Amino acid sequence: MSGGHGANGEYEAVIGLEIHVQLKTNTKMFCSCAVTFGEEPNTRVCPICLGHPGSLPVTNERAVEYATRIALALDCGIAHHTIFHRKNYFYPDLPKGYQISQYDLPLGVGGHLDVELEDGSTHRVGITRVHMEEDAGKLVHAGGATGRIHGADYSLVDFNRGGTPLVEIVTEPDIRSSEQARFFLNHLKNLIEHLGVSDVNMEEGSLRCDANVSVRRPGEPLGTKTELKNMNSFRFLARGLEAEIERQLSDLEAGEPVRQATVHFDPSTGSISVLRSKEEAHDYRYFPEPDLVPIVLDEAFIEKRRAELPELPAARKERLMEQYALSAYDAGVLAGNRSLGDYFERVAAEGDAKLAANWVMGDFSAYLNAQGLTVEESPVAPEDLAELLRLIADGTISGKLAKDVFATMAESGQKPGQIVEERGLGQISDKGALEAIVAGIVDANPSAAAEYRSGNKKVMGFFVGQVMKETKGRANPQLANSLLRKALEA
Amino acid sequence: MSHDVYELSGVRCRELLESGEASATELVQAYLDRMRGVDGQVGAYLLTNEEAALRQAAAIDAKPAEERGPWEGVPIAVKDILATKGVETTCASRILSGYRPPYDATAIRKLNEAGLIILGKLNMDEFAMGSSTENSAFQPTRNPWDLERVPGGSSGGSAAAVAAAETPWALGTDTGGSIRQPASLCGVVGLKPTYGAVSRYGLIAFASSLDQIGPLTRTVSDAAALLGIVEGQDPLDSTSTGLREPIRLPTERDLAGRRFGVIKEFLGEAIDSGVREVFNDACKTIEVLGGVVEEVSLPSVERGIAAYYIIAPAEASSNLARFDGVRYGYRSDEGEDLLSMYTHTRSEGFGPEVKRRIMIGTYVLSAGYYEAYYGQAQRTRTLIIQDFNRTFADYDYLISPTSPSVAFKLGERTADPLAMYLSDLCTIPVNLAGLPAISLPAGFSQGLPVGLHMISPHFGEQALVDAAHALEQKFQLGARPALTEVTE
Amino acid sequence: MISREEVEHVARLARLHLDEDALARMGSELSQIIDYVQQIGELDLAGVEPTAHAVALTNVFRKDETWEGLTQDEALSNAPNAEAGHFAVPRMG
Repeated sequence: MSGGHGANGEYEAVIGLEIHVQLKTNTKMFCSCAVTFGEEPNTRVCPICLGHPGSLPVTNERAVEYATRIALALDCGIAHHTIFHRKNYFYPDLPKGYQISQYDLPLGVGGHLDVELEDGSTHRVGITRVHMEEDAGKLVHAGGATGRIHGADYSLVDFNRGGTPLVEIVTEPDIRSSEQARFFLNHLKNLIEHLGVSDVNMEEGSLRCDANVSVRRPGEPLGTKTELKNMNSFRFLARGLEAEIERQLSDLEAGEPVRQATVHFDPSTGSISVLRSKEEAHDYRYFPEPDLVPIVLDEAFIEKRRAELPELPAARKERLMEQYALSAYDAGVLAGNRSLGDYFERVAAEGDAKLAANWVMGDFSAYLNAQGLTVEESPVAPEDLAELLRLIADGTISGKLAKDVFATMAESGQKPGQIVEERGLGQISDKGALEAIVAGIVDANPSAAAEYRSGNKKVMGFFVGQVMKETKGRANPQLANSLLRKALEA
Repeated sequence: MSHDVYELSGVRCRELLESGEASATELVQAYLDRMRGVDGQVGAYLLTNEEAALRQAAAIDAKPAEERGPWEGVPIAVKDILATKGVETTCASRILSGYRPPYDATAIRKLNEAGLIILGKLNMDEFAMGSSTENSAFQPTRNPWDLERVPGGSSGGSAAAVAAAETPWALGTDTGGSIRQPASLCGVVGLKPTYGAVSRYGLIAFASSLDQIGPLTRTVSDAAALLGIVEGQDPLDSTSTGLREPIRLPTERDLAGRRFGVIKEFLGEAIDSGVREVFNDACKTIEVLGGVVEEVSLPSVERGIAAYYIIAPAEASSNLARFDGVRYGYRSDEGEDLLSMYTHTRSEGFGPEVKRRIMIGTYVLSAGYYEAYYGQAQRTRTLIIQDFNRTFADYDYLISPTSPSVAFKLGERTADPLAMYLSDLCTIPVNLAGLPAISLPAGFSQGLPVGLHMISPHFGEQALVDAAHALEQKFQLGARPALTEVTE
Repeated sequence: MISREEVEHVARLARLHLDEDALARMGSELSQIIDYVQQIGELDLAGVEPTAHAVALTNVFRKDETWEGLTQDEALSNAPNAEAGHFAVPRMG
């Protein structure tokens, strides 16, 4: 059985992901400082998140609720008794000299996420554990040529981010390719977006992903794994994984063993650099956090969190298909993005669902992409798009003209009805008016008329075009068509 | 108007202020004079708050009497382990020299809100690690009863200041006996409350699951009163509960019907014969007052020191990791790169005892050793708690001497750390179990104070001060340390 | 008996620098203390639950409401070395 990798396709890649999600709470995990971004350095801090002597942590209730939602959405078993541990190590961005995290009694264990792959198959990725911890501060390296850690003269630390609530999600090593990793992460991001507990934005740092990578011949024991860290976009993650798999394979195929190490991927060069891990791996000297008391979660708490879960993507997709008679593909796209799905449902509420789906997935999304906007930033409210679609449905304007109107709506913020009236775009459906125009065009194009009459029906296109030109696109196409036929066949 | 500072207590100061017999300024001045007169010999204070104290006193005196709270204007001093906003707080360590906390500890905030006047910060063993205050990086403190001897530790400055009447009362902290043992050696009252009764927010941590703030005072009533001011559940301390009901000043005069268990394991060979004599006399006094005294056995407490010297250093090694020269405190000039900055800062900033405990703690938590040491120690703790619970079913108080010996000479025990640890045998199990306990002056041996140690069940502070008060009234120890004031 | 290598290893973990004399002294002191506390292993404690907190509390939480923290000046007031609103530390090396 082949794994698909390596010169002879005889190796398989074995990948496990370690994901950190920043929670969207008002305050930090263990103190009441605001969780905000882009502030002046060290202006969202207090004695607790600065690690002043004598300070003590107090657990953010909402962070526990949010973390439980994530664990439930991933089908984890929720611990009835969960505690915090101290993870001890020295680093300038770690003010206490330890991180408050969880160790052998984490919040959630033994879940899974089913990932739909490109070819339509479903791959189940096991979730080993979900636990809560606090974020470190931000370190920037000053002086030195490259601004990277080694070679910098000194480092500057900002603790605004320090203490932000994090949820760590660890997968089983069930991922077999960079493609699967990308699909998994996308699914996970979508899922967590639906929960409303995090922005899960990789570029902004609210979603972080490290990977453990090894290779082996299928059926053999696991190979030595390396840790691929600090990938900050989906694309770099995929390329980084591929590069690391390649590197391990070329080592093995040259007869070299894979050595345990931490590796970095440089997207600009496309190459992997191996950081020689220090002689000793970190000894974190975990012990239960004595400044915090255990969290006891009874069935009532867990059920309450379960009830709070919004409709998750898989369920939403089913419902969209049923409720709006959408295709699996369309439902999949709309369930694949929470805000897009929400927008679609508001538009579809007031009219033709199929038309709404086409427009939301088509022109609407295209416009947002071209302008670099998110759904929330859309200048066109769903009610207004719905109105535009109504104008198409009742024949006031053609679908083609509606595109122009939409563009104007986006730029000016005007309502569709307003625009149509101001520009006199209402479709001409007046038979008498059209008849006159049709007659004029047929008269003005005798040779084309003759061609049509002699059997070349394709010429109709030319005539319709002329009518449209004459009416500046406002002629009702079906009516123009039938009137032209009448006039030509008369 | 002059006041004999030896006659003053917290409660007495309040009475004088209420009756108008003394002003806050007069009281503060009396103590500042006393400090000037004797602290050169005793060395209890690391920092005096003269100007601020006098200013605060003047402001209080300017208030109409009806607007003053009951404790406003009463002076107090605090161990230099409590964060006082804008006022240097060092834990008697070089690594915090010059450190000014940006916030007040909750206990300090409560003192401020009640209007007490903080005279200064008191000496201690560095980071509360020690039993003699000889581990202070700055100065030793001397026992007012014999200036060649130690005051005990780690709250040695607090005990000595109260004994020498340099303050009516003081706050100290207790992790393995650090309030009670110095109280015993200095002949004052020292109370360690139930774990969680007083908020630890702002108490610079030594061992988080054991530390508690408590009063060192001249009378048992004072201990009750001061505890009442600082206790309370604090939303900033997840492990705090406060007392179950407000503590009342004790009035009991006898011990009729109360059952006292003498902990057999604490009356072994290690106890000085002089101390044993005082303790036996105290037991007789208990019986005279109507109490029943019987021997009890709690076998697990013999492992208390071993468990403590695993748990406390482990927690301390982690709590002290924040002293890295990055955000506050001392930073070494040696250190071109981060690693050497860390190691030089910590090596130069910490004293030898602190380093020893950090090393022990790091060792017992390191890979492969956790279960053998920390895990076993926490299980031993369970056994100790069970032994106490079992015994408290039949007895109201458990008693013993507080310390195996009277105050020893400065320098006598510094060469042997383990010997120093072993002298905490009677006090340590109480911290492991989180129980309230008091040391009450019970007599003298060789002219030096001997303390009686009494333990109550969790949240049994009222019963504890009631019984201690009754005994105190009966003991009537009037002696004072013979200190001569220096006049410049 | 704790070996010199172990003492060095532990000192490294704790970011402490011990010179030759200190290493030797620390080694013997640690050995003495560890030999003493080792007795804890002699107790048969199978089946005994560990106690992390003497007074048992659970579920102590805080509402997700913000407070005014420190100003930048207050935050940096004790900094041994500050620059541009940040804490400055030597390079990683």
